[in-house]
Amino acid sequence: MPTKVAIVGVGHTTFRATSPGLSYKELMFEAATRAYADAGLDPRGEIDSFLTCSEDLAEGTSIFDEYVPDQIGGAERPVYTVGGDTIQGMATAYMQIASGIVGVVAVEAHSKASNLETPGALHAFALDPVFVRPLGFNAHALAGLEASMYLSSSGNSREQCAHVAAKNRRNALANPSAAHAAAVNPEDVLASPPAFEPLSDLDVSAPADGALVIVLATEERAKKLKRQPVWVRGIGWATVGGLTAADGASAAYARSAAEMAYRMAGIRDPRREIDFAEVDDTYSFKELQHLEALGLFGRGRAGPATAEGATARDGDLPVNVSGGSLGVGQLFEASGGQRVIEAVAQLRGEAGPRQLKKTKTGLAQSWRGVPTGTGAVVVLSRE
Amino acid sequence: MRRVAVVGAGLTRFMRRAQESGTELSWLAASQALASCGLGLKDVDSVAIGSAPDAFDGVHMKGEYLTPGAGGWGRPVTRPYAGGGTGVLMPIHAWHHVASGLFDVCLVVAEEKMSTCHPHPQGAFVTIFDNFLERPLEPNLIWIFALEMQRYMQTYGITKEEIALVSVKNKRNALDHPSAQVAEEITVKDVMESEVMVSPVNRLDVSPVSDGAAAIVIAAEDVARRLTDKPVWLDGVGWNLDTAYWTNRDLAFPAYVERAARMAYKMAGITEPRKQINIVEPYDPFSYKELHHLEGLLLADKGGAPKLTADGVTQRNGDMPVCPSGGLLGVGNPIAAAGLMKVAEIFWQLRGEAGRRQVPGQPKVGLAQAWGDLMQVGTVVVMRVD
Repeated sequence: MPTKVAIVGVGHTTFRATSPGLSYKELMFEAATRAYADAGLDPRGEIDSFLTCSEDLAEGTSIFDEYVPDQIGGAERPVYTVGGDTIQGMATAYMQIASGIVGVVAVEAHSKASNLETPGALHAFALDPVFVRPLGFNAHALAGLEASMYLSSSGNSREQCAHVAAKNRRNALANPSAAHAAAVNPEDVLASPPAFEPLSDLDVSAPADGALVIVLATEERAKKLKRQPVWVRGIGWATVGGLTAADGASAAYARSAAEMAYRMAGIRDPRREIDFAEVDDTYSFKELQHLEALGLFGRGRAGPATAEGATARDGDLPVNVSGGSLGVGQLFEASGGQRVIEAVAQLRGEAGPRQLKKTKTGLAQSWRGVPTGTGAVVVLSRE
Repeated sequence: MRRVAVVGAGLTRFMRRAQESGTELSWLAASQALASCGLGLKDVDSVAIGSAPDAFDGVHMKGEYLTPGAGGWGRPVTRPYAGGGTGVLMPIHAWHHVASGLFDVCLVVAEEKMSTCHPHPQGAFVTIFDNFLERPLEPNLIWIFALEMQRYMQTYGITKEEIALVSVKNKRNALDHPSAQVAEEITVKDVMESEVMVSPVNRLDVSPVSDGAAAIVIAAEDVARRLTDKPVWLDGVGWNLDTAYWTNRDLAFPAYVERAARMAYKMAGITEPRKQINIVEPYDPFSYKELHHLEGLLLADKGGAPKLTADGVTQRNGDMPVCPSGGLLGVGNPIAAAGLMKVAEIFWQLRGEAGRRQVPGQPKVGLAQAWGDLMQVGTVVVMRVD
C-alpha cells in the first residue's frame, strides 16, 4: 500500500508578464506566507523540510539554494534544491515523508523570467555543447521539429494544435492569475505570425513571473489541520529521450511517468477514472502529445477530440481549464506547480468561475521543456 | 523505517583537466560502481545525479545533460543540489528513494568538470553572491573562506602552523589513493612558505580545481543482503541550511553542521559520537575546514580540533582517523564528486577494502560530511557495518 501523503496547503502569487517592483525573494515570500496561512502551519516549528525547484542559470545565481531559506521560513532547517520541476520536487517531498524521516514538507518553485535579457541564449546553454550547440539552433526551432515529427507520425493536424492554443488562452480569461489570457479563435492562432515551422506565435507559450509553495504532510498530520486534504494518490517521473529520441516524438517520458503514477494510484482505466487534467502545453502540440502519452486518448485521437470540444471546460475530459502555460504563462520549473495549484483548487471546490462539476480525481503533468525528455505526473484526489 | 545500505562504489581519477566530457566521467564512475556489486543497468530502479554549479561545465540543466552517462535514460531521475554539500546530500536523497519503499535500488552519480570554465573556475564563483549587496565587491571563495579561517583562528587562538598540519596529513594520506590529483609529502614549513592567496590562506592550505566523478549504489535491505555479505548501512542522515546572510553569523563555529550532525546521530542512535564514531571524512576544501567541521560534528571541543591533530589522534593509526582518504586537500576537489568520494571511502574502509589506506582496528561506524553554499550547508551521513 503506498503511503498516504496529502497536500495540506498551497499559496501563490498572481502570474504576470513582468514583476518590476518585486525581487524573486519577495515573490517567494508572498507565496510561502499564503501557503502557510492556508495550511494553518508555522514554518518555524511545524514544517520539517523545505525544497526549492530551480536551475541556477535561469535564476542568474549559482548555487541558488543559498538564497532560498530565509524567505520561505527555512533558515537553519533542512533545505535543498531539486534541479527539476515542481512535480519532481513534490516527488522528493513524497519520498521524504514516506521514508518516515519528516512529517511535513514545503515545496517551492517560481519564475522570474522577466529578468532574462537573453532567454534564447539560456536555452542554448542546455544543448549538448559538443554535438548540438554549435549548430546554432534556437530552442523553439527544436520544438518545431518535434511538432512536425509528432503531427506526421500521429496523424493529428496543425489546425487541431490551433484549437488547443485558442482553448487554453480563452480558458485563462476566467483565471485571475493568468498573464496571457486572450479571446482568440483557432483562426487567429493560425493567422498569427509564423514562429518556427509549423508553429505560429500563438502556439508558443510566453513566459510569466510568479511563485508558488505547496505543503505536503503525512495522513496523520493532514487530518489534524483545518483544510480538507488533497491526497497524492500516485506520483511518477522519468527521463526518456529528449532531442534525439527515437520514440516517434511520443513523449515517452510522460508515458513512463504516468505508468508509475497510475500503478501507485491503482488506476487501470485513466480515461474513465480521471475527471480532469492539467498537462503541459508549452507549445500547443505538446498538449495533444501529452494527452496521448498519458493514455487519455489513443494515438492520433487527441487532436480530433479537441476540435470536437471533448477537452473544453464543459467537455467530457476538461484539459487545462486553468489556461495552461499558453494562457497563464510559461513558468519554468513552476509550470508543473501551477497545474497542481489548479488541480487542488478544483478538488477543493474553490476554482470559482473555472469550477468543474466532476472533480473527484485530477491529474497534473509537467515537462521540463526543450531539449529535455523529462516530465512528471501526479494523480490527486479528494478521498 | 526501511533499512538502506550502500552496496557498491566507483571513482574516476581526479585531475585538473579531463579529456573526458562530463557525461563520459559520469559513465566511468557509474559503470565501476555497478560492476563492483555485480549489477547491471537493468537492476537500477532510479538514478540521482549530483553536480555543483552548472557554470563550471557550462551547461544549463546539467543533470539532464549528464543523464545518459549516469544511467538515467528510461528511469526516474532527479538532481538534488546544495552547492558543496551535494556530495553527501546524494546518499541522503537516495536514501529517501529506497527508505520510502518506492524503489529498491538507486544509482547515485556525482560529477564535476571544473576545467571547462575559462580562464579559471574561481571566476565562476562570483555568481554565487548576492546580486546587489556582494557581487559589486567582486568576491571569490578564497576571500570569504579567508575571513572564516581568520575568525576561527582569532576566536580560539589557533595558529597557522597548527592548521597546516591538516594539509600535511591529508596530502600524505592521499599518496595511497589511486585517484589522487595532488598527493605529496610536504611539511608545515612548505605550507607556511607557499604563496599567499588571501591572508591567512596560503596555496597549500587549499584544495585544487578538479574534474572527476564518483558513484555509489544504494539498495534496500533484502536486496543488499543478496548482493553482499557486508552491506554498509546508511543508518543516519542529516542536512541543514543556514541563512543566506552569512555576514550576520559568527563564522567561528558551523552551527548548521552541528544541526545536521544531531539529526543524523539521533536517527543512527549515536549518543556519544566521540566514542561511537570510529572513522571520519569531514569536508576539507581548505585545511582549517577539517578542524572547523570536526568541532561542528561535535567530535572535538570548540577550538579543540587542532590539538587532536597535533597529538596524532586523527592519523590513520590514531584513535579517530580523519580523512584517511587524503581528503579534498590530497585527492582533489571536483565538488560534488569530492563529497561522494568521502562516502565511498567510508564504504571501503568499513568493509576492510581500503587497501594501503585501510585504518587498523576494523572500524564499524563511519561518518562522512560535506559543506558548501555561503558557508551555510551541512550534510551528514552515519554509516555502519554489522
